Amino acid sequence: MAEKTFRVVGTSVTRKDAPLKARGEALYADDIRLPLMLHARVKRADVGHARILRIDTSKAEALPGVKAVVVGEEAPIPYGIVPQMPTEYALAYKKVRYHGEPVAAVAAVDPDTAEKALDLIEVEYEPLPVYTDPKEAMAPDAVKIHEESPFPANIAYQAEQEFGDVDRAFAESHYVLEKTFRTSYVNHAFLEPHSAVAKFDTNGELTIWSGTQVPHYLHRTLSKVLEMPMQKIHVKVPKVGGGFGGKGEVSNNELIAALLARKAGRPVKLTYSRKEVFLQHRGRHPIEIRMKIGVDRDGYIQALEYDGTMDGGAYGGWGVVILFYTAAMLHLPYKVKNVRFRGRRVYTNKPTCGAMRGLGGVQPRFAMESLLDQIAIDLGMSPYEIKKKNAIDQTHETVSGVYVRHSEYKQCIDKVVENSGYLEKHRKLPFGRGVGLAGGYYISGTAYTLYMSYKPHSTATVRVDTEAGVTVYCGATDIGQGSDMVLGMMAAEKLGLPFDQIHVVSGDTTLAPFDLGSFASRVTVAAGTAVCQACDRVLEKIFSVAAVQLGCRAQQLAVADGEIYSVFEPHKKRMGFWEAVERYIDANGPLVASGEFTPPRRTGKFKGANIGHSPTYGFTAQVAEVEVDTETGEIRVVNYWEAGDCGQAINPQSVEGQVEGSIVMGMGQALFEQVRVAEDGRLLNPNLHDYKVPTAADLPQIRTHIVDSYDPDSPFGAKESGEGPIQPVIPAILNAIYDAIGVRFTEMPVTPEKVLEALERRKSERS
Amino acid sequence: MERITIRFKVNGEDATVAVAPHWNLLRVLREELELTGAKEGCGAGECGACTVLVNGRAVNACLYPAVEADGAEVTTVEGLAGPGGELHPIQRAFVEKGAVQCGFCTPGMVLSAKALLDRVPLPSEEEIRTALAGNLCRCTGYAQIIEAVQAAAEELSR
Ligand code: FES
Ligand code: FES
Repeated sequence: MAEKTFRVVGTSVTRKDAPLKARGEALYADDIRLPLMLHARVKRADVGHARILRIDTSKAEALPGVKAVVVGEEAPIPYGIVPQMPTEYALAYKKVRYHGEPVAAVAAVDPDTAEKALDLIEVEYEPLPVYTDPKEAMAPDAVKIHEESPFPANIAYQAEQEFGDVDRAFAESHYVLEKTFRTSYVNHAFLEPHSAVAKFDTNGELTIWSGTQVPHYLHRTLSKVLEMPMQKIHVKVPKVGGGFGGKGEVSNNELIAALLARKAGRPVKLTYSRKEVFLQHRGRHPIEIRMKIGVDRDGYIQALEYDGTMDGGAYGGWGVVILFYTAAMLHLPYKVKNVRFRGRRVYTNKPTCGAMRGLGGVQPRFAMESLLDQIAIDLGMSPYEIKKKNAIDQTHETVSGVYVRHSEYKQCIDKVVENSGYLEKHRKLPFGRGVGLAGGYYISGTAYTLYMSYKPHSTATVRVDTEAGVTVYCGATDIGQGSDMVLGMMAAEKLGLPFDQIHVVSGDTTLAPFDLGSFASRVTVAAGTAVCQACDRVLEKIFSVAAVQLGCRAQQLAVADGEIYSVFEPHKKRMGFWEAVERYIDANGPLVASGEFTPPRRTGKFKGANIGHSPTYGFTAQVAEVEVDTETGEIRVVNYWEAGDCGQAINPQSVEGQVEGSIVMGMGQALFEQVRVAEDGRLLNPNLHDYKVPTAADLPQIRTHIVDSYDPDSPFGAKESGEGPIQPVIPAILNAIYDAIGVRFTEMPVTPEKVLEALERRKSERS
Repeated sequence: MERITIRFKVNGEDATVAVAPHWNLLRVLREELELTGAKEGCGAGECGACTVLVNGRAVNACLYPAVEADGAEVTTVEGLAGPGGELHPIQRAFVEKGAVQCGFCTPGMVLSAKALLDRVPLPSEEEIRTALAGNLCRCTGYAQIIEAVQAAAEELSR
């Protein structure tokens, strides 16, 4: 195990961008203004599914102040985050597939003029049947939303996986429980609406500033849709006001801003309204899940079967990837030897579902943790016992071939049970009050790029000189999670310098070397490894010079507190870091080194086998304590405990922030969040008044705990902490509700009406 | 377009702006005065990202008619720091307690906290939660924000 005494890593340094944000001086895309910049607005379809017969923009173009109007025909190149399956257009092309889809866009000298111009655009539609429910969309005679899709009816993709002898294992099980679960249609509700500013210069080069999680994929997509070489496109990410996956694929405002800027010959800003954020969506897939688990007499899991129908909305997006994640997520954090997966993603005429914090995991986790809870209770066992018994060990290989190199999941369960007093409370609290336990895990990165490629997933360059100091260049993107801080802390630790001396240049496809983006909780491990390697190579160079100066072997040198010293004679043989840098540059020229991260390419011989592999995994266990008001049906999460294995926490305060943010977000989904859709496909609550997210008033008392953990193969022992912690929240709360009132909810959100109805039913059943 | 001239004080300085009747204060601050610290998260009074102080009271600038700011004293997040640029204790507490992640809610949160602490120097946790209930934050889960407000309250009343 590597040495664990750190100077910077493991401390709660404050982020460099925090004072800028607290003063209102940090720039987000909508804060950028360029000379002669135009403002854009989007004309959106008022039908849910239709063929476009005619668009007339002539009146809008004639309006004084309007500088450009674009329609779908001007960019008829489909794109998608999964490049093999492009389904989407910058603006609706020939067909409209959801109510509110962009059909035209205007750039004008001010927002009012752009707005006015929208009313002058005439669109004629030939309406088609609107499907808002996957069941209707899957009917054999349903009109195809995507004609070119190779699957029957409106199935966007379907797959099966089978491991072991599932039927036999069920037949031999002592107890089998099966239930159907339904998850809801929820939106990320990040605070900053999508915004992009695009500008073409005289040489025809495009610069775009956008609050994206994936500058690289935006870069590729702009190149494809605008038909221009990537070398002529510069993507710059200003501060991002939250993403949670919602900004993890190209948003059409980015493409539209670029198209308008090219046409108008002036910079264009396109910022979405809150309603448009709901239309751009990419929120969590509602899934109807039928799950069956068989256990032996002692509660050991024998077999698991999953059947899931995902409501995908109008376009492909991350869909197929998420489908396979729901499959992968069944294999951990418990040992399951026999697994059958059947899943399908279905197109419907609704805003597209996509990646949302903990994608692919949250829905099956809800089903699995609820079922295990019930099985334990039915067998007269504690849910703690069944979860602990089945939990994976420190290393584990699943039947699907996924290898976990490091897990402290068992420690997480023990710790959270101890901290919460779960065993003393479960089934022992008065009616109306209850506790629920659930566990979970998540990947810390992926094994593959979304397109065929063998290049490193992350690269970093570190430049050290006596003028600018230390600069870390890495294409990773700080979306508010604090990755610039994490990378800066790692560099500081490596180079033995204070954190505030490290500059990080990130989120820029021109200035910073390649990185895939901020998704799949990959940045700490992937970009962190690249930065650490670059720093090691810088040190190697400096040490070679310092060794000559100090008269010792370079291998015997170490660095800390701004000094290079011999580990054997630290008092005798030492010199200043910056002095050594100067000598190196005098003798050799620029002091620059790069590092990279390329994950192992594990896979298997079945469909979707590339998905689910990750360099390493984070784990978490949680206990919720709820109070149910049996008069009003209102549920209050009073207390919440978490114990997490994120490896070595690089910054414990930030880990805590990620965990608390996840818990509160999960609580919103469990109890009140749901986008509602009318029969014609119109959204009924696309605003933050009717789409209720948790406020400070809803906050439970949260106690988080970072378990003692260190992944020796990770940079400074670190693993993810941003997506694992949302996995168990829904089942922890719903298990607690069961403990409180004896009602097993299998559908979210658990609203007061549903609680009252269930209590009523329970009463009449009893009498 | 018809314009009305309004005169008011922003962060202690006089401002004169010709506004259209339908403009809100947020538009005037962000677009006309280049005070982009106040953010637009919803434009409908639902998120609090646009919170500023008008005559010491926290308001949603996205709903506040610009013409009504005539004669008022407005404080935005840019006006909180001291003369040498040092952060206001509330801002400092937010930074130190980890209450700033993406930061999009931060200016509004800080100003709602300021309005509260000006009114109630040592609020209870319940009072803080209630005062901040109109300011959404999707990143932090609020715990570190509440801690920051508590820390700032203590420092300010020392
Ligand atoms: S922007 Fe004013 S309350 Fe949301
Ligand atoms: S810090 Fe991102 S919304 Fe509050």
